[in-house]
Amino acid sequence: MTARRVLGYGGAVLLAGWVLVPIWFVVVGAFSTADAVYSYPLAAWPDWSLESMRFFVTSAGVPQALLSSVIVAVLTGVVTLLLAAPAGYALARFVFPGADAYRLAVLSTRAFPVVVLSIPLAVFFLQWGIYDTVWGVALMHTALALPFVVLMVSAVFAGVPVDLEEAAQVFGCSRFGAFRRAVVPNAAPGLAAAATFAVLLSYNEVFAASILTLQQPTLPVFVLTGLTQAPLPFRYAGALFLLAPAFLFILLIRRRLLGVGGGPTLR
Amino acid sequence: MSDIRLTGITKRYTRHAAPAVDDVSVTVRDGEFFVLLGPSGCGKTTLLRTIAGLEQADAGTVHLGDRDVTGLPPRRRDIAMVFQGYAVFPHLTVAENIGFGLAMRKAPKQEIAEAVEYAAGLVRLDDVLDRYPSALSGGQRQRVAVARAVAVRPSVLLMDEPLSNLDALLRLSFRSDLKALAKELNTTIVYVTHDQVEALSLGDRVAVMRAGEIVQCGTPMEVYDRPATRFVGGFLGTPPMNLLPVRRAQDGWTAAGEPFAVPEEHADRVGDELWAGIRAENIEPSTTEVPGALPARVRLVEPLGSQLLVSVTVGDESVKLLTPTDFPAGDDSRLWLRVPPERVRWFDPASERALDGTDRAGTDRAGAAVSSG
Amino acid sequence: MAEAVTEAPVVAAERRGGPQRWLPYLLLAPSVAYLLIFFASPMIQAFGLAFTSTTGEWGLGSIRAMLGDDRFWPAVWTTVILLVVLLPLQFALAMAMSMVITSRLRGSGLWLYVFLLPLGVSELGAGILWYSIFVEQGWLNTVLQSLGLIDRPVIWLDYREPWRVIGTIVVAEAWRSTSLIVIILVGGLRAIPRDYLEAADVFHAGPWQRMRHVVLPMMRPTIRTALIVRTVLAFEVFATVIALGGTGTDVLATQANRAYTEYQDAHLASAYGLVILLVSLVAVGIILVALPTRKERGE
Repeated sequence: MTARRVLGYGGAVLLAGWVLVPIWFVVVGAFSTADAVYSYPLAAWPDWSLESMRFFVTSAGVPQALLSSVIVAVLTGVVTLLLAAPAGYALARFVFPGADAYRLAVLSTRAFPVVVLSIPLAVFFLQWGIYDTVWGVALMHTALALPFVVLMVSAVFAGVPVDLEEAAQVFGCSRFGAFRRAVVPNAAPGLAAAATFAVLLSYNEVFAASILTLQQPTLPVFVLTGLTQAPLPFRYAGALFLLAPAFLFILLIRRRLLGVGGGPTLR
Repeated sequence: MSDIRLTGITKRYTRHAAPAVDDVSVTVRDGEFFVLLGPSGCGKTTLLRTIAGLEQADAGTVHLGDRDVTGLPPRRRDIAMVFQGYAVFPHLTVAENIGFGLAMRKAPKQEIAEAVEYAAGLVRLDDVLDRYPSALSGGQRQRVAVARAVAVRPSVLLMDEPLSNLDALLRLSFRSDLKALAKELNTTIVYVTHDQVEALSLGDRVAVMRAGEIVQCGTPMEVYDRPATRFVGGFLGTPPMNLLPVRRAQDGWTAAGEPFAVPEEHADRVGDELWAGIRAENIEPSTTEVPGALPARVRLVEPLGSQLLVSVTVGDESVKLLTPTDFPAGDDSRLWLRVPPERVRWFDPASERALDGTDRAGTDRAGAAVSSG
Repeated sequence: MAEAVTEAPVVAAERRGGPQRWLPYLLLAPSVAYLLIFFASPMIQAFGLAFTSTTGEWGLGSIRAMLGDDRFWPAVWTTVILLVVLLPLQFALAMAMSMVITSRLRGSGLWLYVFLLPLGVSELGAGILWYSIFVEQGWLNTVLQSLGLIDRPVIWLDYREPWRVIGTIVVAEAWRSTSLIVIILVGGLRAIPRDYLEAADVFHAGPWQRMRHVVLPMMRPTIRTALIVRTVLAFEVFATVIALGGTGTDVLATQANRAYTEYQDAHLASAYGLVILLVSLVAVGIILVALPTRKERGE
């Protein structure tokens, strides 16, 4: 028994190292001076210089790209949630012909690659005059996030006991009133997590955003386009900017992660 | 077959909370049907799982026969178990489920087939062997769980509330089946239940547990007739044992103001109050005044079909008694209750223990020592 | 994928008829409309684009142009090889992590958090992160040299050595996207009632037997879901490849992107998109055939 436990802890530590050590490297890279980044061998401890970060943030194009990314991500989160909440509620609370077909259709969107989707959309957006705008990218990201968020939201609503809603109705609420007073307060954390998922998916997405933008790139697109010519401090500081929201996200929703059951596919 | 000796078993789930099992020592005899009975949270399931090896005790040892199995994992203990939720594997057929234990021991195919046939026959599953559990009823799944346990011919068979997920009618018939099966197998069985009727009807001996300790251990009739503590008297029996406070007065002892006989040896031993524990069926009611009987007033009559459950008050105390269905007890009518002195179980109000000293080791005449706490 | 359908329990059936009957459809309508406009219609349009040429004529012009591209077949092979190397590696890693998370080791919540950290990491972020490790004057060489395993820095990202570059991409993707499999597997493992595992213990199964005869069979649908999800995503790997391989290593997604952004040819880009769709569907088909669902026989 004890030998197996030692083995278990040893394996766990190794696996944790595999995940954590690279993250440490990027932190060191982002918080080192240019001199330190270009020296070899590298120092395992950063000199906690903000030089690289300052260089990245003040580089031409970065502030605008960052702003675009944030706007696109927030738009995606809001629009996705507004579309997904009613659908998720319907799936969680009603039994009706077509519910399974809807679920299956939503699930099967997983089989269709973003690559196929973004090119015709670029053509559409050119015609509609929203090519190279934050709205164009946000609409695309919403299409990507929506299927997952519908299923997540449906699980969230299913987790709110129907008794609560019925009790609210018995004690004088309308159907919508019961939803607002009994369901929403209990579902709020789950809904927030689902919206956060959409926000992060949008913040991370690079393929579609690179197809759909030209002068208004999002941050990942901006970093990607200049990547091969960019100096190392720029790359490493950029990497930290791209990674930090992801770690924050996991920290915020770690309790709910397991309920999702294969939902999240973050890019 | 082998006996089970538990010595000083203690198990805590959280460091500062009260232990789930508190220093329990008990010996289950070879071939015995031994029931652990108690309310939920009393530690009976934890104790069973400790025997199984599914829990490791913080202190104490488990012996199966001559072997000290304390640190061994379940598969090295030569036990089998019937789980409360059955745990019949949904991806295996009935036959594969029953043969699972032997397959894991890498027994030859022929031997597995024979064991499956034997075990399936015992629980009448012969004609569903090729089905998957999803095609079975709850009762059939329960029997698969039993057959799987029987098939490995364990020296100890553990059962964790195996009947609790069945509906009332099935439970009754399965109880009889289990008893017959136990006779047939003649193996050592430890059976956990919170149902006193199950415990009394199945067990060769019953250990009543409370708050991690074994309060009393004895044959069903001993535990029922001679409860060691007020708790046991209340937990067993429907309705629970009546408790009537008997107080020392100037000229002898009284209950609810009426004279009440207390045996000499108790009268000397304790303070000014005793509890008389009286089973409802042992009270002899009369509609006319009887000398020496306690006057009572009927509060409620509940017909139970075979009997009447009559709630009365004696002074300020409420008492329940069982009478034949033709007993003429009307609401608010007066009754006189005679209590045969030999039927009274005396308790000390301070310790809540029975006074005759036969409560603990004494009930265990055959010598299987029981101690706890 | 069908078994995931049952994962969201329907709590209560709304059995009333009358005016309530259309309510669920009304609630679904916005999302259905949205997906029709922004998912289904571009999907159909993709075929239209791929089977027309830049001049707008129907035909196989774009397909032919794609097949004639020197970089087409290398891109196909690199994409497929990435998947074939990556999947087993990821599943082994993910299984090990899931076992740690669901074991009774202390701090299982902490392990869960650590193993899932890369879950939200973007391809590009992970690509740059691993670039900083594999670059000539990077972390890997620093560590190896300080351990005395190498004398001078090794050029890991050597574009004349495609295998080496593919290796780095595999490592980066394994680091980034294993957590997605972990989350699915842990969900499946936790869904196995503890009774079953204990029953296996009681009935003489050792750790390996328990894994083979109880855990894996019961996880079959979960494993299938994880396989499908990961396979489809692996065919779309894009930014990691650019971050580590620069312009020297091609996969299907980078080719599609190049066709659109550099050659400004939406038709060629769509043709590449359809190839990705095709290999995805073939792979999903293979998985479905290789791991058929048994009839539902859960309790």
